[in-house]
Amino acid sequence: MSLAKGELAGPGKAGAKAKAAAKSSLWSDSLRRLLKNKLAVFGFAVVVFMFAVCFLGPMFSPYADNKINMALMNKAPSAKHWLGNDALGRDVLTRVLQAGRISLTVGLASMVLSVLLGGLLGIIAGYYRGVADQIIMRVADLLLTIPSLPLLFIAGALLSEWKVPPDYRMYIVMIMLAIVGWPGLARMVRGQILSLREREFMQATTVLGLRSRRKLFNHLFPNLVPLLIVIATLNIGGAILSESVLSFFGLGVTPPTPTWGNMIDAANNMIDFEKRPWLWIPPGLSIFVTVVAINIFGDGLRDVLDPKKGR
Amino acid sequence: MSTYLIRRLSYMILILLAASFLIFSLYALTPGDFISGNIKLTPERKAELREIYGLSKPLMERYLTWMGNALHGDFGYSLAQQKPVLTIFNEYIWNSFLLAVVSTFLTWFIAVVIGVIAAYKQYSWFDTIVMLVIFGAMSIPSFFIGLFLIKIFAVDFHWLPPGGMTTTGSNATGWAYALEVIRHMTLPVAVMTLLGLGSLTRYFRSNMIDVLKQDYIRTARAKGLTERKVLFTHALRNALLPAITLVGFELPALFGGSLIIESIFNWPGIGQLYMKSFGLRDYPLLMGFTMFLAVLTVIGTLLSDILYRVADPRVKL
Amino acid sequence: MKDLLHIEQLKTHFSTEAGTVRAVDGVSLHVRAGETVCIVGESGCGKSITAMSVMGLVEGPSGKVVGGAIEFDGRDLLAMKANELRTVRGNDIAMIFQEPMSSLNPVLKIGEQIVEPLMEHRKLSRKEARARAIDLITLVGISRPEQIMDSYPHELSGGMLQRVMIAIAVSCNPKLLIADEPTTALDVTIQAQILDLLRSLKDEGGMSILLITHDLGVVAEMADYVVVMYSGKVVEEGEVVELFNNPKHPYTQGLLKSKPIINQRKDTLYSIPGQVPNPLELTESCYFHDRCQHCMEICRTREPKLKDVGQGQKTACWLYEEEALAHV
Repeated sequence: MSLAKGELAGPGKAGAKAKAAAKSSLWSDSLRRLLKNKLAVFGFAVVVFMFAVCFLGPMFSPYADNKINMALMNKAPSAKHWLGNDALGRDVLTRVLQAGRISLTVGLASMVLSVLLGGLLGIIAGYYRGVADQIIMRVADLLLTIPSLPLLFIAGALLSEWKVPPDYRMYIVMIMLAIVGWPGLARMVRGQILSLREREFMQATTVLGLRSRRKLFNHLFPNLVPLLIVIATLNIGGAILSESVLSFFGLGVTPPTPTWGNMIDAANNMIDFEKRPWLWIPPGLSIFVTVVAINIFGDGLRDVLDPKKGR
Repeated sequence: MSTYLIRRLSYMILILLAASFLIFSLYALTPGDFISGNIKLTPERKAELREIYGLSKPLMERYLTWMGNALHGDFGYSLAQQKPVLTIFNEYIWNSFLLAVVSTFLTWFIAVVIGVIAAYKQYSWFDTIVMLVIFGAMSIPSFFIGLFLIKIFAVDFHWLPPGGMTTTGSNATGWAYALEVIRHMTLPVAVMTLLGLGSLTRYFRSNMIDVLKQDYIRTARAKGLTERKVLFTHALRNALLPAITLVGFELPALFGGSLIIESIFNWPGIGQLYMKSFGLRDYPLLMGFTMFLAVLTVIGTLLSDILYRVADPRVKL
Repeated sequence: MKDLLHIEQLKTHFSTEAGTVRAVDGVSLHVRAGETVCIVGESGCGKSITAMSVMGLVEGPSGKVVGGAIEFDGRDLLAMKANELRTVRGNDIAMIFQEPMSSLNPVLKIGEQIVEPLMEHRKLSRKEARARAIDLITLVGISRPEQIMDSYPHELSGGMLQRVMIAIAVSCNPKLLIADEPTTALDVTIQAQILDLLRSLKDEGGMSILLITHDLGVVAEMADYVVVMYSGKVVEEGEVVELFNNPKHPYTQGLLKSKPIINQRKDTLYSIPGQVPNPLELTESCYFHDRCQHCMEICRTREPKLKDVGQGQKTACWLYEEEALAHV
C-alpha cells in the first residue's frame, strides 16, 4: 500500500530534494537560515565590531602608551579625549579598548577551556559509562553543590595572597572560570549523548558492528557539534560577566592590567562615583553591549542548530 | 518512593560531606587569617591565640573537630564579632530573606504574565520587544546596573536612598519604619527582579509556545471553548507545571542572600556579611556560610525533584 | 435533500519561507444530513487542512483560508466572527482527531474535559454536566463511568481515550462530526470497535459524518459518498459502491489496486510508482501526471476540471475529456 501511515497536518514537508542533500549542504543550509535571522546577524556584527575595535583600536590611538600626565588628571570628556581622562591623566577611551582586549580574551579563552574540559569529560562519561562516568559525574555534582561565587572568591584571594604577578593573573582567572564552568557543561553533553545513544541511527551503528572509535567520531560527534557550538557561544558572555564581577571586587585581574571589571572599580571611590561617571560607565556599557550581542547571536545559532528544536 | 528517597538522601549526605571537606581545605589553604592580620598583636600573643583557636593543629584534625561540632549544631564562633556563627546568621538572614522573597515574587509574577502574553502573540511587535528586553536583562552585569541606578536615582535625583536598610541615625518605628525600609528596598529589589526576569520570562515564553502547539490545545479550541479558557485552563497549567522544578532551585537564592547586590546597596544581609567577613578572613563565619549555601543547594535540588513528582499526574511516586 | 455542509472552491494556503503552499486548492464538497462522506488521500494531500478550515482552526499566521465558501446549515462559516464561530464549534460541528493520546489534556481529569463543552454551549451547571458526562461515557461503551471521570488521560488506553474523545464530540448532539483519521493510531481490533461506535451513534442521533482517512478499508465500511483528493485538489468523487466498482481516475484505480485483498495472494502487491509532487514546485498540469500510466501531452501543461462521468460520479482527468482527445 502506497499510502503513508499517519498524516501530519501542514505543509512544508521535505521533498525528495532534501534527501539528496549532502552533509556539507546541511551546514550551508544552516548558514542560510542564520543569515535570514536579522537580529542574529546584527548581534554577530556587533560582536565582530567589539573585537575589531578593542584589538585594532588602540593602534590608532595617540594615547596608547598610557603615559601618566598629571595635567590631564580626571578631566571630563572633551574633543581630544572623548571619554575623558582618569586619575593618572590617561585617556579613558584607550583604556576601555585595552581593557576590552583583556576581557574579551579572558572570556574567549575560558570558554575554550571549559568547553574542552566539559565536552571531553561529558563525552567520556556519556559514551564509555562505567567507572569513568561515576567518577566524573560525582566530581561534577560536588562542584555544582559548592556555590561558585564563594569558590571564585577564595581562589581570587589565594592569588592575591600568593602575590601572583598581575600579568599572570589573567591566565589563572581563565582557568578558575573554566573549573567552575565545566560541570554544567559536562552534564549537558552527557545527557545529549545518552539520548543520542538511544536513537535509531546509533543503534544501527552497533548492529553494523562499527568500531567504537568510528562510532564516536563519525556518528556521535557530528551530532554533538551543533550543541557544543551553541553552548560555547553563550558561554563567552557568561565568562565575560564572571570575570567582570571578580575583577570589580579586586579578586580577578588587577591593575595595572585593565579590564572592564576592574575599571568599574573606580565607582568604589565616592567622588569618582558621583562626579566622574566617565570613569566607570563606559566599561560597564561595553560589557553590556558585548554580552547582549553574544546572547542574541547565540540564541539565533540555537534556533538554527539545536537538535532538540528540530526544523 | 521510600527506597528512592533513602537513596537520594544518602547520596546527598555523601556529597555534602565531600563538599564540606573541600570547602574547609580551601579556606585552610588560604594564607593569612584573622589573627595574623591584626597588627596590634605581638608574635607571642599571636602564637598563643592560634593555639587557643586550634589553628596550629593539622588540617584533618581541625576538620574533624569542626565537623563534629557542626553535627551538634555548633558552627563555631566568629572571631571578628565574638559571637556564635549561628547567632550572627540569625541576625542577618531575615534581612536577606526580605529582599529575596519580594524580588522572587515580583520576578515570577511578571515573568509569567509577560511570557504568556508574548507566547500567545508570538512574532508580534510586543513579542519582539519582550525578546529584546529579555536579552538585555540577561546580559547586564549585576554590580554595574546597581551602581548605575544608585547614580541616577540616589545621587542625581535624590529620589531614593543610595543604600542601607534604614537612614543612619533614624529611630523610626511602626509604619514610619516600614516605609523607610520599603524606600531602601526599592532599588535593590528592582535590580534583583530585573536580573532574574530575563531567563524566567524566556522560560515561560518558550514553554507556552510549546504547549500552544500541542494537540490538546487544538482539541480545546475544537470544543468551542473561549480563548480565555483555552489559555488559562488548558495551556497555562501545562506551561507552569515544569516550572515547579525551579521552585527548589530558588531556595539558595531565597535564604543565601546575594553577595553582589547586598554589597553594592550596603544591605545588612547575609551576603554582605560574607563579603565583609571575607576581607577579615573570619573563617568560621565564611565556612559556615558556604556550607549553608551548599546544604540549601542540595535540599533545593531534592525539593525540585519531589515537587515535580507530586505535581505531574503522569509521574508516579 | 438539502446540504448540511457545503464547501465551494475552498482555497487554504500556507506561506512558508520557501514560498506559498496551496494545501487546499479549490476543493468543493457537500455533506447531506445523515450522510457519511469520506475524504481519501495520501498524507499531505490537504484532507486534514480541509477539515481544519471548516472548523476555523487553520494555524495562523502562516495558514489562511484565501478563497471559496463554507456554508453550514445555511450559515456562512467564513463570514462569522471568531466568537460566533466558537459557538458552532463543539456544539453544531464536533471533531475527533488521530492521536487520542495527545489530544486530551494530560493534567486535567477526563471528567473535567467532558463537562467543559456542556457547560460552555448548553449552559448546564457543573452538577448537571457531570451527570450527563457519566451518561455519555456509558453511551460510548465504557464501564465504570464514575471511576473514568476521575482518571487522568495517561491512565487509560488509546482505544478508551478515543471513546472519551467521541463522548466529548457528541456531548452537545452535533449535526456534523468531523473525524480526522480516528482509527489510524489504534490497534486493528480496536479500530473496528471505534468504527462500530461511530456508526451506531450516527444512526441513533441522525448526525452526519465527515470522515478523513487514508485507509480504503475504513472507507468501504463507513462511507456513503467518497471524495478522493490529490495534492490539494479533488480528483474523483462518487457514491461508494460506484467508485469502488468502477474507478475512473488513474489515481483512484491505483489506490484500489494497491489494497490487498484477502484470499488473493499475489507475488507482488501493486504500488503507485513515484512520489507526491513537491507542493512548492507545482505548475499548471494534472498533478498526478508524473505517476500516471496514461500520461498524455496535455496532462503536463493543462489542469483537468472535475467533470460528470455518469452515475453521479465525477472525475478530473483528461482521459474523459473530448478536448483532450481532440489534441491527440
